[in-house]
Amino acid sequence: MKKLINRVEDVVDEMLDGFAAAHADRVRRLEGTQVIVRADAPVRGKVALVSGGGSGHEPAHAGYVGEGMLDAAVAGAVFTSPTPDQVLAAIRAVDGGAGVLLIIKNYTGDVMNFEMAAEMARAEGIRVEQVVVADDVAVENSTFTTGRRGIAGTVLVHKIAGAAAAAGRSLDEVKAVAEKVIASVRSMGMALSPCTVPAAGKPTFELAEDEVEIGIGIHGEPGVRREALRPAREIVAELAAKVLDDLPFQRGDRVVALLNGMGATPLSELYVAYHELRAVLRERGVEAAHSLVGEFMTSLEMAGFSVTLLRLDDELERYFLAPSQAVAFRR
Amino acid sequence: MAEEMDLELARAAIRAMAAAIREHAQELTDLDAAIGDADHGTNMDRGFQAALARLDGGQGDLGGLLRDVAMALISTVGGASGPLYGTAFLRASTPLAGRSAVSAAEVEKALAAAVEGVRERGGAAPGEKTMVDALVPALERFHAAVEQGAGLARALAAAAEGAWQGARQTVDLVATKGRASYLGERSRGHQDPGATSSALLLQAAARALAGEGERRAAGGPGGGAG
Repeated sequence: MKKLINRVEDVVDEMLDGFAAAHADRVRRLEGTQVIVRADAPVRGKVALVSGGGSGHEPAHAGYVGEGMLDAAVAGAVFTSPTPDQVLAAIRAVDGGAGVLLIIKNYTGDVMNFEMAAEMARAEGIRVEQVVVADDVAVENSTFTTGRRGIAGTVLVHKIAGAAAAAGRSLDEVKAVAEKVIASVRSMGMALSPCTVPAAGKPTFELAEDEVEIGIGIHGEPGVRREALRPAREIVAELAAKVLDDLPFQRGDRVVALLNGMGATPLSELYVAYHELRAVLRERGVEAAHSLVGEFMTSLEMAGFSVTLLRLDDELERYFLAPSQAVAFRR
Repeated sequence: MAEEMDLELARAAIRAMAAAIREHAQELTDLDAAIGDADHGTNMDRGFQAALARLDGGQGDLGGLLRDVAMALISTVGGASGPLYGTAFLRASTPLAGRSAVSAAEVEKALAAAVEGVRERGGAAPGEKTMVDALVPALERFHAAVEQGAGLARALAAAAEGAWQGARQTVDLVATKGRASYLGERSRGHQDPGATSSALLLQAAARALAGEGERRAAGGPGGGAG
C-alpha cells in the first residue's frame, strides 16, 4: 500500500481537520465528533439536511455542506457507516426548529444507524424525517435482496432537497421533493481497477490488466459481472442503456446527466465517456439539459466511472439551478 | 449452577462475552470476508472492549448495566452489527430496569425483548441467513427449558445449544438481507458471521453462569472470571 497518510487510524480524523481548516469560511467541525456542519448552523426556521456515510467517497459527504445543500455531513470510518451517536450529534447541532431531514443511502449499516439516530432525536423532541436513496440499477430490486444500493444519484438529492429547504419549504415538503428526486434518478457504474482501504492495506479485489468490473457500488466491492475491457463507446453505451431502460426514460425527457469519476480516472477520460453518453442520449431522444462531469461520489482511488440520469420537471430543474455555496458544488 | 441473575453474574457474563469475541475475532472476520465486508470480528471486538470499559462502575441495576453495554456497542461498532446488537441489549435492559436480581422467567422476558428488537431493527425473519437464525431457536430452547423446570444456567445452556444449531444451519441458506444478499446463490455454503457471533455470545454467557454458580456453591470467590 502506498498512500499519503500518517498513521492508518488517524486518516479520517486528520482528513476532517484538514477539510474544516481549508474551508473555514463555510464549514466547521463539530468538536469531539466526526461531523462537519455549516459555519452558521443552526439556521433558525430552516429545515436542516443531514447526510453522511463511510469515509472514502470524497468530496462526498462533507463537500456538500454549505448554504443551499447540506447542513451537516457525518463521516464514518472508511467505507463503514457512522454510528448513531455521531448522527445524533449532527441532528442536534443543525436543528433550527423546523425539523431535520436525513438523506441515507441504501446500505444496511447506513440505514440502521441513521434510523436509530432518528429515534433518539425524536425522543428528545426533534422532528426528524428520512429518505433512502436507491439509484443503482446494477443491483436487482427484488424481495430476495436488501434492494438497490444508493450511489452517485445521492448528490442530486442533496442539491435539490437542499435548495427546497433553502427556499423555506416545510419538512414534509422538503421530504416530498427529495422523494421525487429519488423516484426520478438512476445510476450504474464500472471499475477499471480496485481501490485499497487503508486499514486493510491491500486491494479490495484483483483484476487482470485486460479486465473490468461492471456494476460496482461505492465501497470498493466487486461489481455484478467481470468482463474484458472494451472501447469507451461500448462500455458507456451498455451502462447508459441499462440506466435508460430502467426508469424508463423516454423520448422528449429532459435530464441532468452526471458522469462521476470513481477517484482515479483522469478528467480527459471522463470527458471521452461523457462524449459517448451524449451520443447515446441523442440517439434515444433524451435531452441532457444540464451536465455534470467530475468526481462527486468516489470510491477512494478506484479507476472507473458511473452514469447517473435524473428526469427533470419544472420544480426539480428550478431547485437544481438554485444557488449553492457547498464546498464541492458552487453555483 | 446459578438460578438467579444478579449484578455480579451479569458482569461476569459480559466479561465472558468480551473474551469470547476477542478470542474468535479473526474467525468472525474470516467468515465475514467470504460473504460480507470482512470487518465483523474487528468491529465486535472494538465494541465489547468499549463495553468492558464501562462495566466497572459497580453501582446501578441490571437494566442500567445492559443499557451501558448497549450504548457502548451502538457508539463504537458501526456497520449493521452495532445497531443490531445495540438494540438487542437496549431492549433487554427495559424489563430489567430497577432490578438487581431476577429469575430465569424474567431473563426470558429480556431475551425475548432482545430477539424481537433485532428482528424489528433488521427487518429479518428466520431463514434469511442472519443473526435471527441463531437467536430465534435460542429463545425457543430457553423457553422450553424453563417450562420443564430448568433454572437459569441450564436454560441459558440450552439456548446456546439452540443458537449453535441455528448458526450451523445458515451454511445452507441463501442470504436475502444485508450485503451478503448481493451475492445471491454464491452466499450458500458459508456460515453467517452474525449468527455465529450470536451463538458465541450466548455460549459465553451460559458458561459464565454455570461456572460462577459452581464457585458460589463451593464457597469460592465470585465474580471476575471471564
